Amino acid sequence: MDVPKTGEFAHIGKSVVIKGELSGSEDLYLDGQVEGSILLKGNHLTVGPNGQVKANVEAKGVIVQGKLEGNLRATERVDLRKSAIVMGDIVTQRIAIEEGAYLKGKVDISKDGAK
Amino acid sequence: MVGSESTRALDRASVSQGFMKLFRGSSSGTQPDTAKAPGNRLTRRSSGLAELARLWPAQQNLCVLDLGSTSPANISFFSSQSHKIYSEDLLVASCDQTLLVRDEQGAFSLDSRRFLEENLVYPAAHFDVVLCWNLPDYLDESLVKPVVGRLWSVLKPGGMLLAFFHTRDAGPDAPCYRYHITGPDLLEMQPVVPQRELRRGPTGAVHRSIAAGFRLQRVFNNRHIENLFRDFASIKFFLSRDNIREVLAVR
Repeated sequence: MDVPKTGEFAHIGKSVVIKGELSGSEDLYLDGQVEGSILLKGNHLTVGPNGQVKANVEAKGVIVQGKLEGNLRATERVDLRKSAIVMGDIVTQRIAIEEGAYLKGKVDISKDGAK
Repeated sequence: MVGSESTRALDRASVSQGFMKLFRGSSSGTQPDTAKAPGNRLTRRSSGLAELARLWPAQQNLCVLDLGSTSPANISFFSSQSHKIYSEDLLVASCDQTLLVRDEQGAFSLDSRRFLEENLVYPAAHFDVVLCWNLPDYLDESLVKPVVGRLWSVLKPGGMLLAFFHTRDAGPDAPCYRYHITGPDLLEMQPVVPQRELRRGPTGAVHRSIAAGFRLQRVFNNRHIENLFRDFASIKFFLSRDNIREVLAVR
């Protein structure tokens, strides 16, 4: 799963701070701070290298390059890149973890795609 | 607490706990039970892991706790067999400098109560298997017994804990490895080397000791190990040729 190219997704820049529920029906690149919950059913979330998320996340696919505290549920796939710090449980169909990624939590591979 | 003072104090706390320091130099005369693998990794056979592995195909949905560095190989190994794996790097967590406290004599130690409030927080009797790897050898003295006590309580009755201990021939500079499972009795050992940068950990603290590498804190002998796991129902020892004593403890 590649990081989406600019223009194909909604972008939250690194100076943006959001508290509350974040939901949508398009792919999201998040490089800022979010505290609350993120719901992107059927779409992808990318937490950029500066991203700091304190939220439970539900999405089709998730790429983490920054920090994520909360439970992560992806119907398709989770990618933890080498700079990722994830503290929370992960339920997904497929997972890829790069060397150097930090995970504190459970990994549950659900064949039903975490539905 | 001033940063440099606390850094020095952590260094002191991590190396000065000398109650069982029995080092006797290196072991050039022994034949290692390991082989070179690509990418600066060594492979070794593990009798303890082989004993544990008998469980895996026979049972489904085992709960496994891996206390080493996050290992993609281990996560993939267990999740491909429909087991649930939990990952928690206690060595990194123990480097949080905010855990440092002064005791009555003014010496620094780590606050084990706070450490256990923030780590290893699971329901009682939750896990079938705990992979401790070499954690007790590298963990700060003040945390070893409380952590083993907590591990006993989160293991199910009959659950198993695998830990590796250096024998005294290993020497104080024995490298700290992270362990990747590559087969039912096969491990890849990857040295924990200085990271590409001083990394901010989950708590926000800069983990200087990662950059410096972890240092062997002590060497346990058989009696110390038996004492450490005295609440467990049984302990099995496997002595390997690479100066490692593998211990399989059953709750």
